Amino acid sequence: MLNGIIGRKIGMTRIFEADGQSVPVTVIEAGPCFVVQKKLTATDGYEAVQLGFARRSLAKANKPERGHLEKHGSKSAFEVLKEMRVADAGAFEEGQEITVEQFAIGERVTITGTSKGKGFQGTVKRHGFRRGPMSHGSMSHRAPGSIGASAFPSRVIKGKRLPGHMGNERVTVKNLEIIDVRPEDNLLVVKGAVPGPRQGIVLIRKAG
Amino acid sequence: MDSVVQLSREQMRADLPDFRPGDTVEVHVRIVEGDKERIQVFKGVVIRKRGALTGATFTVRKVSYGVGVERIFPLHSPNIERIVVLSRGRVRRSRLYYLRQRSGKAARLKEKRTATG
Repeated sequence: MLNGIIGRKIGMTRIFEADGQSVPVTVIEAGPCFVVQKKLTATDGYEAVQLGFARRSLAKANKPERGHLEKHGSKSAFEVLKEMRVADAGAFEEGQEITVEQFAIGERVTITGTSKGKGFQGTVKRHGFRRGPMSHGSMSHRAPGSIGASAFPSRVIKGKRLPGHMGNERVTVKNLEIIDVRPEDNLLVVKGAVPGPRQGIVLIRKAG
Repeated sequence: MDSVVQLSREQMRADLPDFRPGDTVEVHVRIVEGDKERIQVFKGVVIRKRGALTGATFTVRKVSYGVGVERIFPLHSPNIERIVVLSRGRVRRSRLYYLRQRSGKAARLKEKRTATG
């Protein structure tokens, strides 16, 4: 049994519970995904299935990709191909459809996506450093401050948190509650925020 | 249709009357105290409506024992039992914050002239 799916973040809204409590939710278009390739211990050294999400024409795929898909008998190409580890890949068939029906309301999921890029950011935004005084003659407003001692060690310690590129990295959020599942529209509604922009690709796995 | 919009529409309430800033309304709010439930009425002037879909809210202002009280309600909350429009005010802007600076007679709003009459 596969316990995950690939999806596309659609956006956020809020939903009211019966007692009037407002719940922030993210709507995800999850699947349908298709098993493109089975990876077996005998041939590949591990057990996994390669899933395809968001079908597109074979003509749009480049030659190596088309060759790979045709070899496994896929009639269409996909925007996203992703592997998922499973206990027994032999239980799957190539072309098998994976849908949101595997999820139930109230279950917990782990969602992985690529966070929004923030560009080159300073230490205040990137690492949550406190800023200096804004007035009274201070000139150290958002500066990082001292980054180490002088004569010893005469270098900056590796791993020192400094300004740099922020965002656009793989982020995983665990334990999100499923609020609603709509198999007819392939929609999954989870409580809370999910990494990445709207239309971003996310990987949804059952928690635990 | 955008599925976020579609999903939100299902949550939205169609049973509420149409009202605008400047209108005097009675908001009947469901309040749960322990295992008892009762309805509380909040009566005042709508000074703001904002937001779209399920996130829409409106602000009602009233003067209670000489103290101005403003309450923000989520428009589509199931805790709103009903909304009664008592009068339609003639106002020229959508945000009536200027009412906060006024009291007594100056804080009155003229009633809107309607076609019936």
